[in-house]
Amino acid sequence: MIEIKDDWCKGCGICIERCPVNALEDSDRLNKKGIRPPQLKEKNECNFCRLCELICPDLAITVIPDKEVKKDMKKTLLSPTGGKNK
Amino acid sequence: MPDIKTADKLNKKYLRGDMWPTIFCNGCGHGVVLDYTFWAIEELGLDMDKTVFVSGIGCSSRLPGYINADGLHTTHGRAIAFATGIKAANPDLNIIVFTGDGDCSGIGGNHLIHAARRNIDMTVIMINNFTYGMTGGQLSPTAPLGSIATTAPYGNIEHPFDICELVKALGANYVARWTVSHPYRPMKSVKAGLEKKGFSLIEFFSPCPTAYGRRNKLGDIKKHWKWYDDNTILIEEYNKIMKYGSDEEKEKTKNKMQIGVFQDIEKPGFFEQYEKLLKGLQDKRGKGGKK
Amino acid sequence: MMYKRDPELIREVLGKKVQFILGDIACVYGGLLAGCSFFGGYPITPASEVAEGMARRLPRVKGTYIQMEDEIGSIAAVIGAAWGGAKSMTATSGPGFSLMMENYGYAVMTETPCVIVNIQRTGPSTGQPTLGAQGDMMQARWGTHGDFEAIALAPSTVQECMDFTVEAFNLAEKYRNPVCVMADGEMGHLRERVVIPDEKDLKIINRVPATIDKDKFIPFTNSQTRNSKVPDFPTFGTGYHTYVTGLTHNEKGFPATDKQPDHEKLVKRITTKITDDIDKLTNVEKLYLDDAKTVFVTYGASARPAESAMEMARAKGKKIGMLRLKLVWPFPFKEIQKLASKVDKIIVPEMNLGQIVHPVREYVEGQCKVVSAPKIGGEMHLPHELYKYLEGK
Repeated sequence: MIEIKDDWCKGCGICIERCPVNALEDSDRLNKKGIRPPQLKEKNECNFCRLCELICPDLAITVIPDKEVKKDMKKTLLSPTGGKNK
Repeated sequence: MPDIKTADKLNKKYLRGDMWPTIFCNGCGHGVVLDYTFWAIEELGLDMDKTVFVSGIGCSSRLPGYINADGLHTTHGRAIAFATGIKAANPDLNIIVFTGDGDCSGIGGNHLIHAARRNIDMTVIMINNFTYGMTGGQLSPTAPLGSIATTAPYGNIEHPFDICELVKALGANYVARWTVSHPYRPMKSVKAGLEKKGFSLIEFFSPCPTAYGRRNKLGDIKKHWKWYDDNTILIEEYNKIMKYGSDEEKEKTKNKMQIGVFQDIEKPGFFEQYEKLLKGLQDKRGKGGKK
Repeated sequence: MMYKRDPELIREVLGKKVQFILGDIACVYGGLLAGCSFFGGYPITPASEVAEGMARRLPRVKGTYIQMEDEIGSIAAVIGAAWGGAKSMTATSGPGFSLMMENYGYAVMTETPCVIVNIQRTGPSTGQPTLGAQGDMMQARWGTHGDFEAIALAPSTVQECMDFTVEAFNLAEKYRNPVCVMADGEMGHLRERVVIPDEKDLKIINRVPATIDKDKFIPFTNSQTRNSKVPDFPTFGTGYHTYVTGLTHNEKGFPATDKQPDHEKLVKRITTKITDDIDKLTNVEKLYLDDAKTVFVTYGASARPAESAMEMARAKGKKIGMLRLKLVWPFPFKEIQKLASKVDKIIVPEMNLGQIVHPVREYVEGQCKVVSAPKIGGEMHLPHELYKYLEGK
């Protein structure tokens, strides 16, 4: 699942655009500035690749892998700068 | 499950939380560059007590204000000269300079040239948005031919400044250029630049939807970010196509902007050489030689 | 490796106790004695010898010398080095001083201690590079934009070039403000005898480093450890994570550019930290003032012919005195006010078209006559020329 810091989001929409599996959409909530932060779709194929987390200009998204979900998490375990997480 | 580093943890460690959200516009790429820098610093395990961030004036130069470390926000274009002084006083500090295209290549051109020539041990992260964003969108030395700006309302007739070519020619140890939209290579590059002794320059093509994108009809934020993906090409691929490609392929790629690592060499840095000089003088003194 | 001031090594490098040296080199000696460990310079006549002297001696005391690409880079590196923990200085002349003005203001706004030696030459523009003048005195006070207080010293002998450079470092460290040593081409290129003081006769003041808990430390407000408007100095690399900016900032150092009270509070503190101490700062030399009716008020190189003219007059029985300003800015107005009430005429000889004569006139407030004795063109006044001013009514 993903955690969004609502008041940090500026609504640029890059995360929604760039998600490789189209798992994000605009939510119904409004933040302090009148922006709609993103949320995961009801039916989503999120494989915790963390691209949204890495590319958000406001560092507002955090990806937290679900423990119960038995998806392939190789990408998540890689450190973004190369190599495995120590 | 191993302890995964998340953006949230990074933010708590490196960010001045009460200063966020930033002054940057919606769709600006500066926050992404900051993000990449945090990941690189985290990977390297740099001591934030011994890291100093220096910046000039402009949107990119507001970044050190958001980082929980010593920061020096200096006058327009002079960040690199200030950074040289800090390093001279305490060579154990890691110096990271955030600067913009106008700040670095316009008013600050002379300081960039000489710090690169001297191979001063610092990492310059230059964020290039083809405009002077903070003051409203004036023409920048790096703007492509034909760009519209507030001070070039009929189109830019000057040739753009390729900063990476200049710094490469001066013999800097590490020169690279990236866009902000693909995370993994830029992060590795920033890490490599920080690790490297001597002068490292990492340029980032960053979208500026407000000042540049809007005037040059590059569409909304999403289209503007896509414009960078469509008009940049990795240097290895560029060289391959130019050498082996068909005429049609060459035609399509010859005007694209090149990104990638341009130079990665090991030359001794200025302060390394200076330490040797000092040691030589002390040895002479020890031997009771001619003063 | 950080610099550590070693008095024995410094004296070993300086050499004999009594020497016959250039004024420029005396500034070098003063800097080294004070513990200067960074010099960023650029060649300019008549100050090139300061850079050359530093290039030769600073590495031998384990300091760092860099010839920067221009004067703007020089002052920038000097300010950066001060934040890195070094005592730093630069030396230049008129054209370079003009270039340094923006960053001079930056040093004032960020409360950075540093020393700028200005071996003045005739201006404006390129002027007469090899001849001295005193035409930058007002520029040291008002040169950069905005409201600020300046500290400037004017040496009259080569010994003073050395002593005033040490004093400049002390004042810079004490008040966290850039200090200018306004020598001139005459002093810079004059050779005279100097005596290097022993360590026990030397007074060195260092900045007060921040020592309190990092969470409680506030960088840009009155000192939290002593009764002073000058805050303790959080050197980079000691873990205080200070944000230093030239924008108007609040007490924590972050930009606060929207409201009038923030700016007023900041600028009033950084100006009154110096003006409050005007009595402690005032440094003048008084000669024959007890019974004088006509007095020379002068500074720097112009004091020398003025003193000769005064001696010539005294030999003839005229009651002439001299007030020599050693510290020119902040202006020692109380001395001028005291003098104005006792004398009939004040003459201000200067190697410019009249700069310090203006604050003299301002503080005299009409109590006595003030006459300007300007001379430009790179020649010092001759004693008999100044004597003519004493003959008239």
